[in-house]
Amino acid sequence: MKIDITHIAKLANLTLSKEEKERFSKQLDDTLTTIQQLNEVNTDNIEITSQVTGLENVLDDDIPQPSLQQKDALANAKSTKNGLFVVKAILEE
Amino acid sequence: MAPAKTTAMKYTPVIGLEVHVELKTMSKMFCRCSADYFGKEPNTHTCPVCLGLPGALPVANAKAIEWCIMIALSLNCEINLLSKFDRKNYFYPDLAKGYQISQYDLPFGKNGSIELKSGKKIRIRRVHMEEDTAKLTHGQLGDQNSELSAKGGSAPSGKSQNNEKVSLIDFNRSGVPLVEIVTEPDFSEAGEVKEYLQKLQQIVRYLDVSNADMEKGDMRLEPNISLQVTRNTPHEGKNVSPVTSHELPSYKVEVKNINSFRFVEKAINFEVKRQEDILEKGQSPVQETRGWSEIKNQTVSQRLKEEANDYRYFPEPDIPPIRHTKEQISTLLSRMPELPDAKYSRFLREFSLNDYDTEILTREKSLADFFEEAVRVGKDHSVTPKQIANTLINKKVDPSSSEPASIVKQIVQSGQVTSIKEEELEKIVTDVLESNQKAVGDYKSGKETAIMFLVGQVMRQFTTKIDASVVKETIKRRLS
Amino acid sequence: MDLNGLTLTEAKEGLLSKQFSSSELTKACLKRIKATDEKLHAFVTLTEAHALEDARHADELLSEGQDLPLLGIPFVIKDNFSTKGIQTTASSNVLRGYIPPFDATVVAKLKAAGMVMLGKTNMDAFAHGSSTETSDFGTTKNPWNTEFLPGGSSGGTAASVAADQTIAGIGSETAGSIRQPAGWCGIVGLKPTYGRVSRYGVVTMASSTDSPGPMTKRVEDSALVLNVLAGKDPHDGTSSPKPTKDYAANLKKSIKGKKIGISSKYLEGVEGDVVKAFNEAKKTFEKLGATVVDIASLGVDILDPKYSIGVYTILQRAEVSSNLARFDGIRFGQTRDAFGEEAKRRIMLGTYTLSAGYYDAYYKKALKVRTIIVSEFHKMFEKVDAFIAPTSPSTALPLGSSKNHPMFGEMADVLVEPSSIAGLPGINVPAGFSSKNLPIGLQIMGPQFAEDIILNLAHEFETNTEWHLQKPQL
Repeated sequence: MKIDITHIAKLANLTLSKEEKERFSKQLDDTLTTIQQLNEVNTDNIEITSQVTGLENVLDDDIPQPSLQQKDALANAKSTKNGLFVVKAILEE
Repeated sequence: MAPAKTTAMKYTPVIGLEVHVELKTMSKMFCRCSADYFGKEPNTHTCPVCLGLPGALPVANAKAIEWCIMIALSLNCEINLLSKFDRKNYFYPDLAKGYQISQYDLPFGKNGSIELKSGKKIRIRRVHMEEDTAKLTHGQLGDQNSELSAKGGSAPSGKSQNNEKVSLIDFNRSGVPLVEIVTEPDFSEAGEVKEYLQKLQQIVRYLDVSNADMEKGDMRLEPNISLQVTRNTPHEGKNVSPVTSHELPSYKVEVKNINSFRFVEKAINFEVKRQEDILEKGQSPVQETRGWSEIKNQTVSQRLKEEANDYRYFPEPDIPPIRHTKEQISTLLSRMPELPDAKYSRFLREFSLNDYDTEILTREKSLADFFEEAVRVGKDHSVTPKQIANTLINKKVDPSSSEPASIVKQIVQSGQVTSIKEEELEKIVTDVLESNQKAVGDYKSGKETAIMFLVGQVMRQFTTKIDASVVKETIKRRLS
Repeated sequence: MDLNGLTLTEAKEGLLSKQFSSSELTKACLKRIKATDEKLHAFVTLTEAHALEDARHADELLSEGQDLPLLGIPFVIKDNFSTKGIQTTASSNVLRGYIPPFDATVVAKLKAAGMVMLGKTNMDAFAHGSSTETSDFGTTKNPWNTEFLPGGSSGGTAASVAADQTIAGIGSETAGSIRQPAGWCGIVGLKPTYGRVSRYGVVTMASSTDSPGPMTKRVEDSALVLNVLAGKDPHDGTSSPKPTKDYAANLKKSIKGKKIGISSKYLEGVEGDVVKAFNEAKKTFEKLGATVVDIASLGVDILDPKYSIGVYTILQRAEVSSNLARFDGIRFGQTRDAFGEEAKRRIMLGTYTLSAGYYDAYYKKALKVRTIIVSEFHKMFEKVDAFIAPTSPSTALPLGSSKNHPMFGEMADVLVEPSSIAGLPGINVPAGFSSKNLPIGLQIMGPQFAEDIILNLAHEFETNTEWHLQKPQL
């Protein structure tokens, strides 16, 4: 199969160099070939298991708890201003 | 083949709608930060979960789920007894985790409908639960008030050394519960959309699950619009009926994030015209996302940097599935307040009010409750529901700053409680019977129900509430 | 013997009987760390000042007669556990300098139980690997032979415990990350049932299989630590409300009559020395009165563990691609350009398998095969009390082995992946040495929430063997 590596990188929000793209293309192909062996396992009429705990309805009551202080919320950010996180302008019409 | 020029085209708008309603729970959807974020200091309502810090895990808010199901029930939806959350993966700086916890294939509600006044049914495709994003504003780094500047980065330039344009993020709104309500493309004009929205707003306010305050962004509206082309192709020279073909639109234009009913109407009307013009030229409108520009008074293409649109949904591994029993759902249903449509019919029936009064009185639950309480008090003072309705409507009584008992007292003091003079009634009955010969005929030919129509006609002529049974007796006597 | 060489149980006794203080114990560990860590590189962050302060505080409480379960005991914590006020990197440049404003639940519980934290240990970046070679902070070396890998991803904790730099340690396993490095470093590593120990605050790798657990010198130590860690956490919706047990209570119970399953499918492609040690282990159990039986003879069929590689690779990469989306350099950490090669590769594969048109073929298919694996184990454990196998097909591999092998980890972890996918508990115990004098591990797996059973078997095995008594010469 052929992977559109540029498209996948865009979806993944990764900036890849030309070398990385070439290398990953090949490695992903290899990995996909390896995991193709799953097709040997018959899964007709088998349900999916996305969680193994068997738990259901794990919910919380609607009772507010204290939040972080503003300074703690911002402490790890590269750039802040007036209590807000700063990012490069997102262009909008 | 008939030449193309003889082909007459007709365009029918095909409109669907997605509405996001923000719930007014105390805490957020997946953490227990306060959800009361509006107007608060930025980033003071956050925690590791809604900031998306490494290792933080979501735990869903039971109340929000209950309310989502109540909304679904009031839109006549089927409830998925087994439901779950899914991750919707995409990148945007206002999305802390790089995915939004939403619902994909098992929304809480599906296949509902809502009826417009015309009797037309708008089908509801799904009602699901998700979380809000952070709030983005745009400004410049050097501008002290940049976080206050409006969307679009129109802050005045040149006032500071650093004019680098930036976006600023406040995560107080991140993770606040949202219910998304998606209709089938059943609307054919903006008026229907507006009526639907008013109804939806009324319902969530009745349920007391959202303030549905447009100004605060509690309801965000996204219509999708396309035009269906109907071709009438007359056969050359032959006198047979034209061939009609309906072509389903091959495109869809979405208009994102509108925050007023008026703008939705405008946006739809603008789009219908714009698309019609394109189709008339023999072209096809582009499938795209547009925004509504208040300044330009038109929709504008959102030229997002070429964005890949593939949300890669998969079941949220951090939240176990949610299962309800039929009994739980029916208990919830029985606990729900009377909804606007039911209240409307009951008011008509129980208080013999006209459509107009009932419409106004049931628009908001608080006024309807106030009215009912006043009626109860008024009974002991010979004050009729109609008198109370008139007073509430004419004087624009605010239920939050007034007492039902004091309204009744006012009516009693103003001396409106009068019995009708017999001569006046006789005169009006004569007029009504004369101008409604058909109903009179119906009654005489055995259609008993026709008399109620006549009673209604007579009662309309009175500004004060009169006893319907007296009117009925008078008419019966005159027609016997 | 120096104090740092004590087991947790011994250290606890010594502290309670006032043979030595927590400060002395802590200093002995710090001294050992200083003497050996240049060679081993087990740590990302050493928190010496904090540790000495915690130890002083513990000594005060001890003198007041307080008896907290881990009072004054030095621990090392894998660097993917959030520690309030202390850098938490998950060994990735992306998190260099990140200081969490909160403690992982595991850390909070250990603190409440009185532990002294020595520092944060090295790992594969974001736990992506089985070697620590994907760490952005350098590779940890195996204390038994520093030319060899310690295994991973919890390689820093494993090496640190094995080298007596600490009394005990904490690791986390997604598929093998506790058991495999424990096996390669010759220590005890317990991966509890998924959901038995809270994941809250552990930098997420694969949400549906991540399981924090103890890494210790003895089985009893692991039981004591599990007593502190186990239990429902309101911050982790997938943590189990099932009542916990006193995991140390039945360690010494006779295992006579216990039925232990084995399968030839778990021996295919396994190194000769390892197979030999495994056969010896079988005999040890039989000598103790247990029945060791090939599950095939009980009519239980299981999928070849190789299929678990496919299932695990798909599920884990998909979850990784989503879990690493929050690293955008806005609220914390560096930008996405700081991701290492392995993280990028995993994100790419996960993104691809979840993308439009491929979901059913990969992700959904993997979830279905997972159902088969879960139900096979379920059937198996109706017939046997536990299941044993080699922990790893090989002993520790030389430095550099993981480079340019995108599936290195999955291959090294093939024997632990099935039970991880099914969320079952497993424990590694030292079970021999190879001709190169590298440790060999035996793993004991059990049904969900049967930590008590596998701890009992592990303890009896340990008591009747002497592998755990050997120490690496550094």
